[in-house]
Amino acid sequence: MSGIIAIDCHIPFYRVNKKAIFDAWGWFDSSKIGSAKGELAFANYDEDSLTMGVNAALSCLERLKSKSIDRLYFATATSPYVEPKNTSIMSAALDLNEDVVSVDMSGLISSSSALIAANDAVESGLSKMTLVCSADKRNAKPADGLEYLFGHAAFAMVIGKNDTIADIEHVFSHSSSFLGYRRTQEDEYPKSWEERWIRDEGYLNHIVKSVNKTVEKMGVSLSDFSKVIYACPDKRTYSAIAKKLRISAEQLEDPLLDKIGYTGNPHTFIMLANALRKAKPNDKIMLVNFGSSVDIVTFTVTERIDKSKLPDIDKLLDTKQVIDNYTKFANLCGKIEQEKGPRGEVAKSAVSVLWRERKTILGLYGSKCKKCGTKVYPPQHVCINPDCNAIDEMEDYRFAEDTGKLFTYTVDNLAFEHDPPAMYGIVDFDNGGRYWFDITDCSPEELRVGMPVKMSFRKKFYDKPRGLYGYFWKAVPIR
Amino acid sequence: MSEGIKDKVAIIGMGCTKFGERWDKSEEDLIIEAYSEALDDAGIEPKDIDAAWFGSCFDEINVGKSSLPLATTLKLGFKPVTRVENFCATGTEAFRGACYAVASGACDIAIAVGAEKLKDTGFGGLPEFSSVLGTKNRFIFPNITAPGAFAMLATAYFEKYGLSYEEGKRILARISVKSHKNGLLNEKAHLRKEITIDDVLKAPIIASPLGLFDCSGVSDGAAVAIITRAERAKEYTKNPIFVKALQISVSDGREYMYNEWDGTTIPTTVNAARRAYAEAGIKNPRSEIGLMELHDCFSITELVTYEDLGMSERGRAGEDVESGFFDLDGKIPSQTDGGLKCFGHPIAASGLRMIYEVYKQLQGKAGKRQVKNSHIGLTHNIGGFPAMSITSVAIFGND
Repeated sequence: MSGIIAIDCHIPFYRVNKKAIFDAWGWFDSSKIGSAKGELAFANYDEDSLTMGVNAALSCLERLKSKSIDRLYFATATSPYVEPKNTSIMSAALDLNEDVVSVDMSGLISSSSALIAANDAVESGLSKMTLVCSADKRNAKPADGLEYLFGHAAFAMVIGKNDTIADIEHVFSHSSSFLGYRRTQEDEYPKSWEERWIRDEGYLNHIVKSVNKTVEKMGVSLSDFSKVIYACPDKRTYSAIAKKLRISAEQLEDPLLDKIGYTGNPHTFIMLANALRKAKPNDKIMLVNFGSSVDIVTFTVTERIDKSKLPDIDKLLDTKQVIDNYTKFANLCGKIEQEKGPRGEVAKSAVSVLWRERKTILGLYGSKCKKCGTKVYPPQHVCINPDCNAIDEMEDYRFAEDTGKLFTYTVDNLAFEHDPPAMYGIVDFDNGGRYWFDITDCSPEELRVGMPVKMSFRKKFYDKPRGLYGYFWKAVPIR
Repeated sequence: MSEGIKDKVAIIGMGCTKFGERWDKSEEDLIIEAYSEALDDAGIEPKDIDAAWFGSCFDEINVGKSSLPLATTLKLGFKPVTRVENFCATGTEAFRGACYAVASGACDIAIAVGAEKLKDTGFGGLPEFSSVLGTKNRFIFPNITAPGAFAMLATAYFEKYGLSYEEGKRILARISVKSHKNGLLNEKAHLRKEITIDDVLKAPIIASPLGLFDCSGVSDGAAVAIITRAERAKEYTKNPIFVKALQISVSDGREYMYNEWDGTTIPTTVNAARRAYAEAGIKNPRSEIGLMELHDCFSITELVTYEDLGMSERGRAGEDVESGFFDLDGKIPSQTDGGLKCFGHPIAASGLRMIYEVYKQLQGKAGKRQVKNSHIGLTHNIGGFPAMSITSVAIFGND
């Protein structure tokens, strides 16, 4: 039976205090005062769904201690690239084999579609292990009520047959062409409808109906499940669904709305990871994903349930920087652009260089000297060790998973930086090797010589005239 | 070691523009300003020139690539002109080309020209590096600026020698105060204002721990040297200045790619200095060198360079700075013309500007800044960053 082998999540470092949104827009729509409590997680300016997905997947593969996956399914409603496949870039960043089948899936709740497809692939025997990854960076239009709701996050899980911590029991789908939140190719932001429509006819009725159908089909009672996981745009509907389905408080998982907001595709899976941390063998868990249709997947927790295969969601939630500045929030999200001046102009980049150097740039591959063992980034022909200097005696060496320490650094007010000041430094990798990196998700006060850092996949620049994202790696503090 | 060029080449004339924000002058204007002064100084005619070396660094804000802009500006007939570029060491690189041509006997008289029109970028500081470091580095280099790259030298230096932020800042401030004092005496300097330690400490931070007064001026300017074979020098001038050593050292990348460098020294300076002292026959630089023009792009660079050149012991340059050892009336006056700090830093002109000051000092023509009894002067010119640098060290003498 196929099931989950490991899960991890990426919750961005930044949170906005929802009150800051009301402070900015309360003059326009004072009715939102009730929504102005708690925080939303939002992606840094150098993150998008692809980078968040890569970082969640990296952590997940680290828990798996293996990269022998044969499929990568990436589900998002907010693809950075529309034409080139996002998973082709992710595969390079994750250092997956070039023969891994990689699939981009789009739309809201494509995360559960990806899980269902992964289950099919593994159950059929076509795949031994499939990596399911999902991320969303959904932005609401300024002053839209959705602005108090949308957060950003990512998750990744490995589906396979061996060493599962939770097995997939049943898969159920209910399609109804319900148009809740909508965003066309023409739209920058999702459109909504009367709140009651989305809430009552959408979430409440669809979820209740589908859950009832599922338990009926399975011939079980909903009370047999230790957790029933679903997400809603507000707490009232969340409670109304629980009441209607007679779900007890113990069966509910924290919907995280006041901590990270509603994060779209990955949301219920982050709740699932949280539920699994507390689960015991043989617990049954139901995951309900609703967008324009409903996907339901039920799991049975196995004897192998093990926290080392799961993220510490509480720690991820606590690792944060909360801002009360709406302008900064809206800018980092990409909703309002600042004048960047001549120093902010982006230099031209070459697509052919990016392709030729993809292992170096996307995969953070350097080289290791076969003569003396010295590791170096970027890859060299001649060994950097002055006592060796061997020519063309190199093998590939990847630094992306290596940790390091900050050897020296600066906080630079002159460099153009989207979120000033710019921070960068020279990193000594713990396994050998040294290079200089931008530092992100960090406050200047945290920096010190010897600070432990790890690598995080980021969007370094956007070359708009040439339609190219400059993805690369930055250093982030290990917290 | 090879024979070197000691006493084979002499400078017979030099020119240098006023450095600064020369909004109303083009690079051609600046070149002609320095060139005319140099021709008058040497007493030669353009037809006497056999070849020229032209240094300019940032293509996008200057006259463009190749030797054509210099040849067409000076109307050198169809004589050979070479364009060189080596970041901030470009000026010395042009000088080196001219010296080697003369020393080899390929020409009798050669000129070296360095010019930079920095104030056409639209912002303060140097042009962005992302566009000049190559197509691959564009994807992988950090968001680096010159002050930031050199600030990392200060971070590591403070850490290694256990200096608190305040203690470190105070030593660096003393360096800038000295250069401003010297710059005030120099009519060609960009920044002419005396400052106090407090001014430095209170100035806005550019790249921590470096503040505004830890950074050199970003200026327009040009400088020209005319050189000939040493044995013919006296035909043109009573007091030629002889080249005693001219060395360059270029990083192989180990500073930022190999876990060895401790970040508190610029290894190319150490290397170039060792070879320059050997070429010039200098055994004890602290007692033999009379004055220095160092590449003080930032205060920390000057501090570290005192140690790299062997003038101060490791970790103890601060003591020499505090004691006034490098002041105008000190044992080895440094940055007597204000340095990059106050004279300004039009990239490709700077190396030649340093030589201009040492030339004037050794000739005894430095006016209010004149140092006493100096026979040997040193210039030190860095291109790039501490972690990936190009450094030249040149030594000059008046006999």
